[in-house]
Amino acid sequence: MITLGNYLTVSAMLFTIGFAGVMLRRNIVIILMSLELMLNAANLSLVAFSRFHVDLRTSLPNYNAQVFVFFIITVAAAEVAVGLALIVALYRARRTTHVEDLTTLKF
Amino acid sequence: MQLFLFWCAALLMLVFGVAVILNRNPVASALSLVVSFLGLATLFMMLDAYFIGIIQVLVYAGAVMVLFLFIIMLLDLRAENLRKINWPATAGGAVVAFVFLIQVLSVIGRLTDAKKTFPPLARSTIDDVRNVGVTLFTNFNFPFQVIGVLVLVATIGVVVLSKRELANK
Amino acid sequence: MNSATNSALPWFILLAPLASAAIITLFTRRWKNLSGSISVAAVGVTFVCSCLIFGKIDISAAPLNWLDVAGIFKAPIGLTIDPLSKMMLLIVSGVGSLIHIYSLGYMRDDDGKARYFAALSLFMFAMFGIVLANNFVMLFIFWELVGFTSYVLIGHWFTRDAAAEAAKKAFLTNRIGDFGFMLGILMIWTATGSIIFDDILPKMSILTSNAAFLTVAALLIFCGAAGKSAQFPLHVWLPDAMEGPTPVSALIHAATMVAAGVYMLARVAFIIQASPAALNVIAWIGAITALMAALIATQQDDIKRILAYSTLSQLGYMFTAIGLTSNEAALFHLFTHAFFKALLFLGAGSVIIMLHHEQNIWKMGGLTKRLPITFFTFAVGACALIGLPPFSGFFSKDAILALAFEHNMSIFAMALFTAVLTAFYVTRLVVVAFFGKPRGESARTAEEAPRVMTAPLIMLAILSFIAGFGFFAQNFLLVPHEKETVLLVPMLALVALALGALTAFYLYRNREFDPIDVDLLRQKFYVDEFYGWLIRATQERLARVAAFIDHWIINGGFVGGVSASARGLGSLLRYVQIGNLQAYAFLFGLGIVAIIYYAVLR
Repeated sequence: MITLGNYLTVSAMLFTIGFAGVMLRRNIVIILMSLELMLNAANLSLVAFSRFHVDLRTSLPNYNAQVFVFFIITVAAAEVAVGLALIVALYRARRTTHVEDLTTLKF
Repeated sequence: MQLFLFWCAALLMLVFGVAVILNRNPVASALSLVVSFLGLATLFMMLDAYFIGIIQVLVYAGAVMVLFLFIIMLLDLRAENLRKINWPATAGGAVVAFVFLIQVLSVIGRLTDAKKTFPPLARSTIDDVRNVGVTLFTNFNFPFQVIGVLVLVATIGVVVLSKRELANK
Repeated sequence: MNSATNSALPWFILLAPLASAAIITLFTRRWKNLSGSISVAAVGVTFVCSCLIFGKIDISAAPLNWLDVAGIFKAPIGLTIDPLSKMMLLIVSGVGSLIHIYSLGYMRDDDGKARYFAALSLFMFAMFGIVLANNFVMLFIFWELVGFTSYVLIGHWFTRDAAAEAAKKAFLTNRIGDFGFMLGILMIWTATGSIIFDDILPKMSILTSNAAFLTVAALLIFCGAAGKSAQFPLHVWLPDAMEGPTPVSALIHAATMVAAGVYMLARVAFIIQASPAALNVIAWIGAITALMAALIATQQDDIKRILAYSTLSQLGYMFTAIGLTSNEAALFHLFTHAFFKALLFLGAGSVIIMLHHEQNIWKMGGLTKRLPITFFTFAVGACALIGLPPFSGFFSKDAILALAFEHNMSIFAMALFTAVLTAFYVTRLVVVAFFGKPRGESARTAEEAPRVMTAPLIMLAILSFIAGFGFFAQNFLLVPHEKETVLLVPMLALVALALGALTAFYLYRNREFDPIDVDLLRQKFYVDEFYGWLIRATQERLARVAAFIDHWIINGGFVGGVSASARGLGSLLRYVQIGNLQAYAFLFGLGIVAIIYYAVLR
């Protein structure tokens, strides 16, 4: 049977993939996608916990976690919109989406 | 049977997740992301979270992905030229990610609940949009309103970010 | 004291001028004449109250608890009613009300009339506060308030640079004295643990056990008195203070405020008299001031400055008396001096205003017929000042001379010489300003002052005449008894008077300019210049040292060191900022790994 551990493991792997993407990729659009992967990995564990902690009274999943996921999806959508707008603005200014070219902060 | 389906969905998700970060072409990455999220949506459904699974498909596969593709098209991002890969940095990043994974897995391994199966439900939650809605509008009414404001602010922010450039023209 | 009946009258005296000042400042500043009337009414109330209080034998006022730091420090607002303060109340309110009335005429056309009367009322409040104070702290607060109102009134015509400068000078000079005064109060408090006069008295043994401490404390308190009463070497502000309106000069800088120092020393005489060394210093400073001021006065041309120096000189007499342990003589002189000096100033003011603000005596002359009442009253004041019997000044000055004769021959000689000089410069003033031919256009066309100004003059002239008589003065204060053995002293005083007056009369009759020219005296012994030099010399050095410390140690060491180290650290840390997003993410990941290790797996 499927255990909670299975889901958590898969979630951890997905998160690590996203994490690695943020660290390794140099295209800022891909980095943004990797961030989405990480957020969704968190969603997965939340839903798994929601299903795991069944309400004793109604014998239904704990919906608080699912509302949480709902919020995360909403915020993630907003974040993507703003992030992409920033990328557009950045691209207009610097003609690049490559983070190695964005070194204004460098001394 | 269920376990088999679970691993199918999970592998689909993970493989295409890896494809997202390994593809050189941003469009391929974006499409891989869609497939990965479809696998994730399947996992949600398997966890009896039908509403979340549906909006996962709608929001990510529908809205967010279109946005990504739209931007990629707009900026006309091609496949990256082969730059010199900074091998020490890449290796370091991979090691850190790997260590992180090991750490999290060991934490999961210590968790006693992780070995338990999911308890049965009283009935099917195919109608859980109602339950989510009730929770959302009762326990989480105020955060819900705040999220609404946040989305509004994000919208305005996006407009401002895009419009300033227009004014310069 | 406990049997005395509590009464609200003393509080009325204190609060009526305050109320007047508040009303004028807050509400009636626009209506000049109304403001003047309010002020005069307030001072009238205080005069009536003072008379009522004077008539009662035992009267006291309920004290108000103000500061009470349990067991350590107690500063009530309590009012002392004893013969000393009763007498002073009567002088201040009596002279004060006459001068208020006179001011109505003198300040008739002044734009700042409301402001003037508000300040005058505030001054009365502060002065009564000093007179009634029963502890050092309250005394000191009102002392400062008096200094402030004096500053405001000297600088009444603040658009004139000289007035503004004089106000500043008076304020700063007083600060020096007051600083010493405060130190003295603190010393007394540290030793006895109390600042209330009645509570210090039983604890005097603590003070007397340490003679050096007591002497220093007494001298510091005297320092405050010297500042306010303009004794050498803090006398420089008083002549300059004559830039203020003449009634102010009469009230504050002749009759009341400058006498506050004498009053204060009389109030705390039990402390001062415990230290012979301090008494000696006070007596000598008084004598030196008297002589020096009289010398300077012989060569001044400004009518008000002559009077100012004469005030200095007379205050010097009072301090001499204090120093020779006779408060009675000092206060007796204070009492008579308040009347005749106020009279002289008001007379001078009348001359000045009728001659359209002409203050140079060499531009006057021939005023005996033009200003008969002014001349007559001025002459009465002058006679009192030089000590012509039977005018009041004769008795009080004679008392001090007799005192000096008994105690200290050299001080007596100085006082006697001062008396000669006094007679000389007063005669010079009267002869030059009033006799002879008019030497200026304004002097030729002058007219007598209005009645609102002459009435106070006449009142004061009468008082100046009778104030010295034993039967009159005895009602107010302890008149010092002259001993039979020193009948020689009045004789010598008369000789001195005659010598000085006749010389001056002979020298200055019908003169167009000053036949004597002593630059040293004309320039006031160069004290101002000396102070200027002293301040320049010390301040310049001090400023250089301060600048050095500021520039090299504070700026270079502390501030510069901090900023340099911050900048160095920053430029070091700048190398961490490699500007590569990947690297940041890598470090971030490393941090997460470390935190997980630390928090969970360790």
